[in-house]
Amino acid sequence: MHPVLATVLQRLGLGVVTLFFVSLIIFAAIAMLPGDFGEAVLGQAALPETVEAFRKELGLDKPAWLRYINWVAAVLQGDLGTSFSGRAASGVDRSRDVVDLIAPRLWNTLFLAGITALIAVPLALFLGITTALARNSVYDRSVNAATLTTISFPEFFVAYVLIVLLASIWPVFPSLANVTPEMSFTERLYKCALPSLTLTLVIVAHMMRMTRAAIINLLASPYIEMAQLKGVSKAKVIVKHALPNAWAPIATVIAFNLAYLVVGVVVVEVVFVYPGIGQLMVDAVTSRDIPVVQACALIFAATYILLNLLADIIGIVTNPRLLHPR
Amino acid sequence: MSETVKSYSAADEVGAIRMRRTRWQRMMIDLKKAPISAWFGMIVIAIYAFTALFAPLLAPYGEAQVFPTPFAPWSMTGGGEHVFGTDQIGRDVFSRLIYGARNTIGIALATTLLSFIIGGGLGLVAAINRSWLDQLLSRFVDVLMAIPSLIFALMLLSIFGSTVGSLIMIIAVLDSTRVFRLTRSVAVNVVVMDYVEAARLRGEGLGWVMRREILPNIMPPLVAEFGLRFSFVFLTIAALSFLGLGIQPPTADWGSMVRDNASLIQFAQYDLTAAMTPLLPAGAIALLTVAVNFVVDWFLHKTSGLRDDH
Repeated sequence: MHPVLATVLQRLGLGVVTLFFVSLIIFAAIAMLPGDFGEAVLGQAALPETVEAFRKELGLDKPAWLRYINWVAAVLQGDLGTSFSGRAASGVDRSRDVVDLIAPRLWNTLFLAGITALIAVPLALFLGITTALARNSVYDRSVNAATLTTISFPEFFVAYVLIVLLASIWPVFPSLANVTPEMSFTERLYKCALPSLTLTLVIVAHMMRMTRAAIINLLASPYIEMAQLKGVSKAKVIVKHALPNAWAPIATVIAFNLAYLVVGVVVVEVVFVYPGIGQLMVDAVTSRDIPVVQACALIFAATYILLNLLADIIGIVTNPRLLHPR
Repeated sequence: MSETVKSYSAADEVGAIRMRRTRWQRMMIDLKKAPISAWFGMIVIAIYAFTALFAPLLAPYGEAQVFPTPFAPWSMTGGGEHVFGTDQIGRDVFSRLIYGARNTIGIALATTLLSFIIGGGLGLVAAINRSWLDQLLSRFVDVLMAIPSLIFALMLLSIFGSTVGSLIMIIAVLDSTRVFRLTRSVAVNVVVMDYVEAARLRGEGLGWVMRREILPNIMPPLVAEFGLRFSFVFLTIAALSFLGLGIQPPTADWGSMVRDNASLIQFAQYDLTAAMTPLLPAGAIALLTVAVNFVVDWFLHKTSGLRDDH
């Protein structure tokens, strides 16, 4: 078998195993709840029969391994269970399916993350590569100092500074990003301006620093020096010698930061009251709505794992040493 | 006839008793060479530490003392009662900022220490053991690290509830994974050294080998990591508090102060100072992390020489 294919398959297998363990941990969350949480959800006035029926619905009368298999099977079929909220002591069940809660919000979050990635990735790569090439210049130093400062800022600080400047003192953009499904694309884009700007500022700083470090590391390798010493032109050194080896670290940097974006979205969504999955998760944690928390955690974790897997695979596929085996 | 020799003698120079600089002298020499950003960072950290330690003496009012006027305006020029006004239920913002230093930094510091005790201890054990225990711990850490830590923390908080104790435990455990990885990877190179082998052959116990033989040799990266981990934990706790899931009221805390006063921000056009109220605690968080990052940056540069900043 071709070494590239073998390594990719091995990495994919590893990814599946990781997903399995992560799902196990997320599933275990419900098993760690205190025993009387049926009463806590339904209210103290709940009849013992109602509580019993509720426990039965969650499958708590079955062994844990069976529940896990049922849960995974249901998730694979797109059924994430029913929310805890909307249940009452009287046994009246007004709860909603978790999928119905999540689906529109997941789309919103992907929209926000997608826009941010479209702006942030090219910008960060440009800044990272140019600073690495012009190392220790004034340009490099000033970009570096600026990014080191933004890295240290919490997302909500950046968000509020932007709100004060761009929404309050000079009202250019709206401070609330309350998008609705009926909105046109341009209107959506306008509403998302400040949240995606906040995320871009935070992500670009991280990504640019990592790109710069990766490129500098690369340019210090002996074969680059060799190419320079034998008189290859500067452009050719970069395109023919540095770039083929740079894809892997750059892919890692991008995937790592997109994964970071997935997490950063939570805080930013809360600041701008953006109806995304992050805000849903925070609300669910506050009201201890475990099925929703589980579903959100699963989505976030799966995205994170898949992005990192993708970076690994890009790294393998573009690796010249694996592509041209001796 | 005087015995004082003015002329230079190479033999004297070589033969002179070598003065060993004390740890203090070496530290002062290093400090003198520190760049301005590191100095800035250290001064800021010192101010924060001072504020946190002497919070009750510095604060004009009590931590949860309520005054009749909520959202009172700023009065910087003296005469007024509240320098930075009051918050949504009439608590003095300035006092809460000062107490917040104590609570927020204290909890973040406790969490970081705990995560270093857990992660560092297990990392050293794994590095010395290098067999099934190492494999088990490393794979377990891999799985834990596959879940974004803020998401994991949110999930665990929904199960265990948001108390300070569970907050510290959850974040320390999640964060110890990274400490474990670093400690293990640097300790693995030290464990194979001859002097460690000699100590073990001498019959020293695991604890001695860990503490006296390996730990001193892996200290610099761990110290730098402590700074980075601290600012990361500090930001995570601030984010959780901001989301209303971290440190709970009435404890004064910067993250939740931002959340509580966030509505003031829309008045920036009419009263800029009012809009600055939520930015004060947020800025306090940002300033401390910037300061820590500057110091860590310098420290990394100093101890590794070659290592480029990241």
